[in-house]
Amino acid sequence: MAPLSSGSVFDVAQAEDEAVQPYSSGRPRRRVRWWRGVVLLLAGAYFLIPLYAGLKFSLQGVSGGFSFLAFQKLPSAPGFSAALTLSLKLAVATMVVSTLLMVPTAIYVHVRLPRLRRMMDVVTILPIVIPPIVLIVGVLGVFPEWAKASPYLLSFMYVILAMPFVYRSLDAGLGAIDLKTLTEASRSLGGNWLKTIWRVVLPNIRPALLSATVLTLALVFGEYTMASLDLWTTIPVWITQFQVSSDGHIQVAASMLGLVGTWILLVLVVSLDRSQSRRSRRRQGVS
Amino acid sequence: MTLVKGDSVINADATPPASSGARVTLENLVRTFGKVRALDNLSLTIEPGEFMALLGPSGCGKTTALRVLAGFEQLDGGRVVVDGQDLSDVNARKRDMGMVFQSYSLFPNMNALDNVAFGLRMRRQSAVVRRRKATELLEMVGLADQSAKYPHQMSGGQQQRVALARALAIEPRVLLLDEPLSALDAMVRAELREQIRSLQQRLAITTVFVTHDQEEVLSMADRVCVMSQGKIEQVASPAELYARPATATVTQLVGISSRVPVTISNHEVVVFAQRCPVRSGEGESLTGEADVLLRPEDIAIELDPDGSGFVTRKSFLGAMTRLVVQVGEVPVRVDVRSERAAEIELGQRVRPSIIARDVLVAARVGSTPQA
Repeated sequence: MAPLSSGSVFDVAQAEDEAVQPYSSGRPRRRVRWWRGVVLLLAGAYFLIPLYAGLKFSLQGVSGGFSFLAFQKLPSAPGFSAALTLSLKLAVATMVVSTLLMVPTAIYVHVRLPRLRRMMDVVTILPIVIPPIVLIVGVLGVFPEWAKASPYLLSFMYVILAMPFVYRSLDAGLGAIDLKTLTEASRSLGGNWLKTIWRVVLPNIRPALLSATVLTLALVFGEYTMASLDLWTTIPVWITQFQVSSDGHIQVAASMLGLVGTWILLVLVVSLDRSQSRRSRRRQGVS
Repeated sequence: MTLVKGDSVINADATPPASSGARVTLENLVRTFGKVRALDNLSLTIEPGEFMALLGPSGCGKTTALRVLAGFEQLDGGRVVVDGQDLSDVNARKRDMGMVFQSYSLFPNMNALDNVAFGLRMRRQSAVVRRRKATELLEMVGLADQSAKYPHQMSGGQQQRVALARALAIEPRVLLLDEPLSALDAMVRAELREQIRSLQQRLAITTVFVTHDQEEVLSMADRVCVMSQGKIEQVASPAELYARPATATVTQLVGISSRVPVTISNHEVVVFAQRCPVRSGEGESLTGEADVLLRPEDIAIELDPDGSGFVTRKSFLGAMTRLVVQVGEVPVRVDVRSERAAEIELGQRVRPSIIARDVLVAARVGSTPQA
């Protein structure tokens, strides 16, 4: 087999580069865009000042000095563990239902109904423009008592709330690969839809899936209106209730912990994905 | 143009070897997209082990025909029969057809070996068998040392060779090639073209190849099906297609030709003050004003200060040089040997003459044909 690349082409390109160099003025001039730094600083301040304030307040002792007391008291605070467990359960249920519902839908729209993509963009954004209170009041008025008795009814509502973020993440991920060709290649090789999705599509949209998962998690841990009206004490509901009844420092510490927890999870998920990608690329042979 | 010379002719006239390849019959295929009839009662039979190329301009229906055969498009009418079995309603994954796509279709999350083994995995072959077969196929396409590489680490040519190995791994009844070379640069394309043809002949697998590149068609195919507007214009060997095009569309698609206005009278035309019989085919029933379609090698030129044409352009093609000779209002392309072309200057007057024994005529462009 003859080599596919030609050294001579590279040589010519290199020679041309060298020939051009004497006419250049050495190091290219870099224009200093000072306003970019100002914008970055302002945006950073906008996000960081409230966080700093929250952190400072949560680390303030009774006498006004530095203290971890609020964080130490948090696990044993009445109702905290139950609220955290419930929020985690709801997050997992929401992520599972959301993935099972949205992944096939997004794939189907991309492969079979690409003309509907614009309509899907509009439909999936509706939960953002409809206030959660409207949704939950409607659901509570319509659903039977046995359904309302389960906290998992909230999960189904959260699936709707998360839809704009989940669908958009998946849409972007699917748009970044040649989905039609990949699925057709898989099918021509004997893969059914389930195997095609599992072995071909999902591994190639993993970053989009992870992003959708993290967004869903953040949404579940931040949603207050629906949980409160459905009378379930999730973390946001517990925080407000605790604030009313007890120590404000613990309440802010819980908020900060939630925030840091989400960030840690995000970093963990991204690092896991990267290491898994590296490992699978190093892997040799047929799996 | 050197398309009918050398290997091309040998390939074109080669009889497909006796093989276990499948016979493919497309019967009255109809496929419409809205108001567009992509396939208009298309019927074609492909012999076992034959390399059939579908050639035509964009939108002629060649890719639709291939996708119908693969099972990716539903038919509005007609049947797809492979070895006597009607596959019209059979799912794509159960058709046993290996396909190589125009765009690089390797699974980005799998290395070359896993890509090739994918079809075997879907067929529940053991890991040992998958590895052995995939390694053999990668060796066959000359990429045994690239088995651990991922698609993004390979060149376009390498990716298409892995895609070919992947399609062959499942031992398909029919190999479908959807413009697999169009995204590659010229050198890789020429190399892969030879490799595909040689593999196809070695394995004697029935192959359907879609392209709009006449050079690929003429150098690779046993037979060519020229399509236009969802219909077949001509099915013939590359040599016959070039030498005896049945229609003006085929003439325009295969090889280079110049259109010279003429008047047909008693099945004869006068071109460059020379009387020539009209070739049997699409235009033989025409009378009155028409165009004659001339290949560059159908015309000879002599240096003549009183000649009816003069040279306006010279393009060196290697052994041959293509001249553009302006005869009245009409530019005519003529191929001459390069050593002779070196003696001809731009602007020099020449006398063109027809050396073909007959000429193909077509309705004049922009006029209503007279039968």
